[in-house]
Amino acid sequence: MGPGAVAITLTINGKPMKVSVEPRETLLDVMRNKLDLTGAKRVCDRGTCGACSVLVNGKVMYGCTILAIDAQGKQITTIEGFALSGGRPHPVVQAFVNNDAQQCGYCTPGFVVAAKAFLDANPNPTYEQVKDGLGGNLCRCGTYVGVRQAVLEAAKAMKGGRNA
Amino acid sequence: MQPFEYASPKTLKEALALLGNGWSDAAVLAGGTDLVSLMKDEVMSPKRVVNIKEIAELKGISKTAAGVRIGALATVDEVMTNPLIRASFPALTEAARGVASPQIRNMGTFGGDLCQRPRCWYFRAGFGLIARHEGKDLVAEGDNRYHAIFGSGPARFVSASSFGPALVALGAKIKLASPTGTREVEAEKFFVAPASSDAREVDLKPNEILTEVIVPATGARNATYEARQKDALDWPLATASVALTMKGSTVASARVVLGHVAPTPWVSAEAARAIEGKTVTAETAEAAGKAAVAAARPLSMNAYKVQIAAAAVKRALMAAAGVKA
Amino acid sequence: MPEYRWPEMSKRKVMGKRLSRLDGVEKASGRAKYCSDLNKPGMLHGATLVCPYAHARVKSIDTSEAEKHPGVKGVRVVAPAGTEIQWAHWEVAFVAAETELAARDALKKIKVEYEVLPHVVHEADLKKVQSRAKAAGEQIEGDPDQALKEAAAVSEGFYGIPVLEHSCLEPHGNVVSWTPDNKVELNPSTQAVTSIRGDMARAVNVPAANVHVHQDHIGGGFGSKFQPDRWGVEAAHLSKAAGGRPVKLFLERNVEQVIAGCRPSAFARIKLAANKDGKITLWESQSWATGGFTGGGSPPIPYVYTRIPNQRKNHSAVSTNTAPIRAWRAPNHQQASYLTCAAMEDLAAKMKMDPLELFLKNVDLTARADTYERQLKKAAEMAEWKKLWHPRGDAGRGPLKRGLGIGVNTWGGAGHDSTARCNIHPDGTVEVELGSQDLGTGTRTVIAQVAAESLGLGVNDIRVKIGDTNYPPSGTSGGSTTVGGVSSSTRKATLNALEKLFEEVAPALGAPATELEAADGKIQVKGNPAKSLSWKAACAKLGVKTISETGQNIPRDAPKEGLNTGGVGGVQIADVTVDVETGIVRMNRIVAVQDCGTVINPKTAESQICGAIIMSICGALMEERIMDAITGRMLNNEMEFYKLAGIKDIGEILIHLEIDEANDKRGVIGLGEPPAIGGIAAIANAVANAIGVRVPVVPMTPMNVLNALSGRMS
Repeated sequence: MGPGAVAITLTINGKPMKVSVEPRETLLDVMRNKLDLTGAKRVCDRGTCGACSVLVNGKVMYGCTILAIDAQGKQITTIEGFALSGGRPHPVVQAFVNNDAQQCGYCTPGFVVAAKAFLDANPNPTYEQVKDGLGGNLCRCGTYVGVRQAVLEAAKAMKGGRNA
Repeated sequence: MQPFEYASPKTLKEALALLGNGWSDAAVLAGGTDLVSLMKDEVMSPKRVVNIKEIAELKGISKTAAGVRIGALATVDEVMTNPLIRASFPALTEAARGVASPQIRNMGTFGGDLCQRPRCWYFRAGFGLIARHEGKDLVAEGDNRYHAIFGSGPARFVSASSFGPALVALGAKIKLASPTGTREVEAEKFFVAPASSDAREVDLKPNEILTEVIVPATGARNATYEARQKDALDWPLATASVALTMKGSTVASARVVLGHVAPTPWVSAEAARAIEGKTVTAETAEAAGKAAVAAARPLSMNAYKVQIAAAAVKRALMAAAGVKA
Repeated sequence: MPEYRWPEMSKRKVMGKRLSRLDGVEKASGRAKYCSDLNKPGMLHGATLVCPYAHARVKSIDTSEAEKHPGVKGVRVVAPAGTEIQWAHWEVAFVAAETELAARDALKKIKVEYEVLPHVVHEADLKKVQSRAKAAGEQIEGDPDQALKEAAAVSEGFYGIPVLEHSCLEPHGNVVSWTPDNKVELNPSTQAVTSIRGDMARAVNVPAANVHVHQDHIGGGFGSKFQPDRWGVEAAHLSKAAGGRPVKLFLERNVEQVIAGCRPSAFARIKLAANKDGKITLWESQSWATGGFTGGGSPPIPYVYTRIPNQRKNHSAVSTNTAPIRAWRAPNHQQASYLTCAAMEDLAAKMKMDPLELFLKNVDLTARADTYERQLKKAAEMAEWKKLWHPRGDAGRGPLKRGLGIGVNTWGGAGHDSTARCNIHPDGTVEVELGSQDLGTGTRTVIAQVAAESLGLGVNDIRVKIGDTNYPPSGTSGGSTTVGGVSSSTRKATLNALEKLFEEVAPALGAPATELEAADGKIQVKGNPAKSLSWKAACAKLGVKTISETGQNIPRDAPKEGLNTGGVGGVQIADVTVDVETGIVRMNRIVAVQDCGTVINPKTAESQICGAIIMSICGALMEERIMDAITGRMLNNEMEFYKLAGIKDIGEILIHLEIDEANDKRGVIGLGEPPAIGGIAAIANAVANAIGVRVPVVPMTPMNVLNALSGRMS
């Protein structure tokens, strides 16, 4: 396929999305430029800062480092896919708000996605595990203290929701 | 990135047929955590990218008669969490844990880690593997704080592989497939210090795909120690992976391999000799660490890495032997 | 005229509360649109061509092939033949095209011939760059020679702190359209919504009234985003050439990290002398710094301890072929704090004195002796100084060495010129409008809290509207002047509007307007809450009229009004553990005691302090611009080897914000910058304490730590 544009279908937040892409376009750029899914941000564009985090088949990955064409056939979840449901914030989002785990907010969607994936796999984390679990996301404003508390609070809230 | 064709074959045979005889013909895409960045920086601009993630036979981690087979597509996370590996090869588990980003662990593959290109900032800026500019040796005369402390050049970058040193210590075998067949290379021989910018840092041809690694179960006590500035995602300054065959409480034979200090994983026969026949203690481990760096030839700015490498050897030996600091 | 002063601390219902920021859900859910997120109909994408050489002359430039590239709608050259380029990544040309891919591909077709010239990019060794150094005159106070003769103890050292890059996560850039009706619509990533309008108007020679700016959110500024910049202006021209189609041009990260803002370095040889009781009598410094090609960057030394009686200072600004500095959070103060506190800690070590004692003994040399004395003691208590501090070189056995160190800060932070407008509608809805911006400091939220407090409402009853030049002008977010400015203007605007509402409602309540108050969602007669109308019922009395009143904070008048002032001090103590075998420094804890004024929202204020401390940790341990002498380029213009701390790299942070009646009476004081100042000094001093030797050059990387331990030159 390619090098010119190819028609592909991406499954994003459960919905099929038809888009025309060159093989060299990243999932992040296609999402932001062609599908108006701008929650994931382009910051380092080299897979080091996490602002572009998305879930692929439930696993957190760097959208800037995935070729859009390679994302076909996979379940892609972006922040837009779970952060608000019926206007109500997801427990991770609410916990970030409660603990002021954001300032300028540019890194925050990436953190929320990474935190959700972390909590889905580690529903009962210790403080140390939280610190270990988010090593792929950077924040320049320095919101880590709030993020740590937010993830611990979200863990409790998410367990509560499951009659644990 | 330059434009390229893209293919996503379902079988190894199809994939091999899509590769070429030159490095610019085609590139293999696994996790993409190195290739995509290299293409964005236009350090590599293949005409075709071959995605191998659909090829079932490259996946999985399983027990074999000889030991453990790790498929090239096993992700760093799969290696980190695999109980077979943790039971027999904690050196690999520790190496995987050192990749401190869950995103990279989910995307990055075992095979990709072994084949990744160096992080050398001159290389990444387009000055070549043997970085030169206007007749000057950029690394030797420039900023070499993260570069090699072993080896006589001309390659002065360090091997960036997380798993390489452990595989070399464990005597693993790497399998490569080409359109004409398969071959097996000892891990130690897979990594090569290139003599020119046209060569590669691994014994891999443009029309070959690394398919799996076999790690023999020898019962050796093994560990990896990593010295890394940040706890978050960061490149190590020096690592050491060791494998010890014990006779009672004495080391009968040892393999000591340093990482991120040379263009290849650096096997230290000196450190092995220093610890063989001895019980591992803080003192003997420290002596082995010193022996490991006796032949170090630091560049103008990276003498500090010598000490870190010695500490990594000491701590890896103690971890392998279960000796507390 | 209403009484504008803040209500008594104990009576506040909304101000002073730890409310979650109002745009929190919007941001955390990914719904917030930054200007870099905008996708407008017909939008073109811009790309930037930069020069790879640190010093060069453009011999020729040919854009003809680029202009023909499919999808390209315009090419602008900013470095025509003859231009002398003075740093690598200097902008040469800009391209606008239908897609980002097309724009970037077209860049490669621009043919530029350069004459490469010699460059200088390292300034640490002053002897090597003497020809590029411009000395300011020597400054002398008292009799330094005599003081040196009489001194009981003298400490001398060399200290260095490198250039840092702003590293905003949202890159610099704009979306801009310049339509055929000569109107410009600008969506920038900016700290200066109001003033960028005039800057852009001047730059493109369009009447200011024809320029409209709108920005909902900004992804970080830290002092680097005040101007439209060359790329913003050229994007406007590209838009004009394309018939007014919007052009989106944001810098690529590898360019962003070089030319979009950096903090000057500072190097100094410092000599301190003291009498036998530890009273500092002499400061002698030879310092130099680079602010890029045009020089600049002069740290105010000695810092905080300014009244050292005998001083001799020499400073040189060094011109290097590197990109220019921009204001950094508390410009020049981080460097000054580091140089001063490191020299003081070294003097204490030389005298075998506890540095806490030295800092305390000399507080009379500061402008706020009582404040610093109180803060030093409080910080020491929180950091368990008595239990954990030890003399240098006495950090116990084993490779892990623990140490403590002190850093101090001072800052202004008085409110800037700001006008707010408050609209009260007959249906009871309230708007507060300002041409201001929220960098993540919580500006939106504090405006709502002030408005709600003033009107007797809750924050959810207030619609805060900022980020647009259709709203009244407000100052730039720099100097920690925003909160003082916007809170004061909002206070006045809302009380002015309320006064008008009282006049409308008074007849219905049978009381003079001056006897009315707003509280708990009602308008009531003072002292007689039974005589009241609900807010909605009261506003209904407006009939078809909307009340619209403004209020302004004028800095010159602010001191007597008492709503905002400036001038805070702070002390930070760092607690680190250094592994002396690997040189790796781990943060255990930082304690911050911060002076403040009226704190409108302690939650967001504490976030500012945490964030400022984390920036200091980055600067102290791992952040630095690394230049290559041979190629003249920045080697780490990315986010891999330009290291920022991650979530596990920061240790614990303990904050004591001095919120009390006495401080509250000072009015609102900005807090964005002061806590960003002393952390590097504190950490550097903690490392020296831990390992027994001074690591002279920040950051405290394993390389620098191990080199110091083994006596190698860094």
